[in-house]
Amino acid sequence: MTQVINAPMIVDVPRPHFRPGPLGTHITIRGLTKYFAGWPLYENFDLDIPKGKIVSIFGPNGCGKSTLINMISGLIPIDSGEILFDGKSLKDTTIGYVFQNYREALFPWWRTIDNIAYPLKLMGKSKAEVDRRVEELVDSFDVKFDLNRYPYELSGGQQQTASIMRALAPNPEVLFLDEPFSALDFEMTLFIREKLQEVFIKTQTTMMLVSHDLEEAVYLADQILLLTKRPTSIADILLYDDPRPRTTATLSEASFIATKKKSLEIFQREVRK
Amino acid sequence: MSNEGVSTNAPTPWPDARAEGAAPPRKTADLTTFLPIVGPVVLVLIWDMVVRFGLIKAILLPPPADTIVALISGMLGGPLLFDFWVTLYRTLVAFGIAVALGMPLGIALGSNERAYRSVEFVIDFFRSTPASALIPLFLLIFGTSDINKIAIACFGAWLLVVFNCAYGVINARKQRIAAAKVMGASRWQIFKDVLIWESLQASFVGLRSAVSMALVIVVVAEMFIGSESGLGHKIINAQQVMNTKMMYAAIMSAGILGYALNVAFLAIEKKIVHWSGR
Repeated sequence: MTQVINAPMIVDVPRPHFRPGPLGTHITIRGLTKYFAGWPLYENFDLDIPKGKIVSIFGPNGCGKSTLINMISGLIPIDSGEILFDGKSLKDTTIGYVFQNYREALFPWWRTIDNIAYPLKLMGKSKAEVDRRVEELVDSFDVKFDLNRYPYELSGGQQQTASIMRALAPNPEVLFLDEPFSALDFEMTLFIREKLQEVFIKTQTTMMLVSHDLEEAVYLADQILLLTKRPTSIADILLYDDPRPRTTATLSEASFIATKKKSLEIFQREVRK
Repeated sequence: MSNEGVSTNAPTPWPDARAEGAAPPRKTADLTTFLPIVGPVVLVLIWDMVVRFGLIKAILLPPPADTIVALISGMLGGPLLFDFWVTLYRTLVAFGIAVALGMPLGIALGSNERAYRSVEFVIDFFRSTPASALIPLFLLIFGTSDINKIAIACFGAWLLVVFNCAYGVINARKQRIAAAKVMGASRWQIFKDVLIWESLQASFVGLRSAVSMALVIVVVAEMFIGSESGLGHKIINAQQVMNTKMMYAAIMSAGILGYALNVAFLAIEKKIVHWSGR
């Protein structure tokens, strides 16, 4: 007899049953937990990101807007939780990411065109396929500058345009945009905003946009995700469904103004808390 | 108008290195083109005055004209040329070995931060130790041979290459690495497509200081007993027999060698690390 008397019982804590999001959900986030320096930034955070929509993320300073998309895109490890893309994990998913700081996002040792082609080369595409896709992108972006130049020879707006082209090259399922306009001048912001909308109408790619400009956040969004101060939770999700293409006229529509006003109210309420 | 000409010329990163190349396409040749030669001309004038008025004995400081004649005739097939080539050869061999051994090691250490931290002190310590202080030690090991001079110069240069390459990799822009990662690059792809390139800027700083270091140590090592060639040997020999004309000529040719190496490396750096500083 080798039975131990009064052996300690080791009982596994049952994993919470995975709860799928509503129909049309693309990204499912369940039980996301992330601590920074011992303090919770996200704790047991659940979120559903709809497929084929643009979700703008807006919230108080330091609430982890960028951290959220960085965790979803795998740039920052999570402490625990689950993030699934149409039921798949990140490594089976093609994503694109546009950084705020385009200067440190492109590779200055290659020509701009090689930068745009890089994700395609990583996927092991043939030269012909790469050339075809790059040509497609150049056409759809109506590029007027010389892509044979090195990134540092281009203006800020041109560099950010190239960054977006690079992110879109592999036809990503999700496009993450981390304050893509905040380092640009007004003219370029308008131009790139329109390009993004055009791409979205054409491809219906799911997009997550972090923005600190409320007008811009609402203008592009189907959903405005408003976050609270840390530990971060969802303050509210506002739907905004004015038809696309939206134009400058949209900015003075009653529905636009109302959504913006509502967002601002929730934002201020959260900041004061 | 002439002011405008100056300002269009201003952004050139290394004006002195360029000044020796083709003159910029400008019609109004203003005096600023000649600014770089003001210093040397004034120096030679003072030198000449000092000798002419007997402030320093001619045996200690020969007139500049004589020295320059000795330099030119020495370099044009005269006694200096051979020593010049020997010193250049030793410097380049030492440097070449240092790069071949140092660059891969530096990059490897840089991409493995734990490995780097564990040898950081050793590298920093020997980097801070004057390499010339180790010459007697190397003499014990390698004797007074040619190999000794190359080995000690190689060691000094190697440390600089290792340190700067590792430093370059460690300080690679985190966002560029993130950009490659998010596009699905593997660790190896990130290494060869991002880290190596990112490290080049710092690596070149290392290469440039390494070649200067190699030259310094080669010249010092050549001054030791038993040397039969090289500019260091020439300088010491000329000094022993009070042939000051030759001594100054040899010193100047060592200066020319150092300067030329520096200019050459800046040019190579500008060509390879074309994005540097932009």
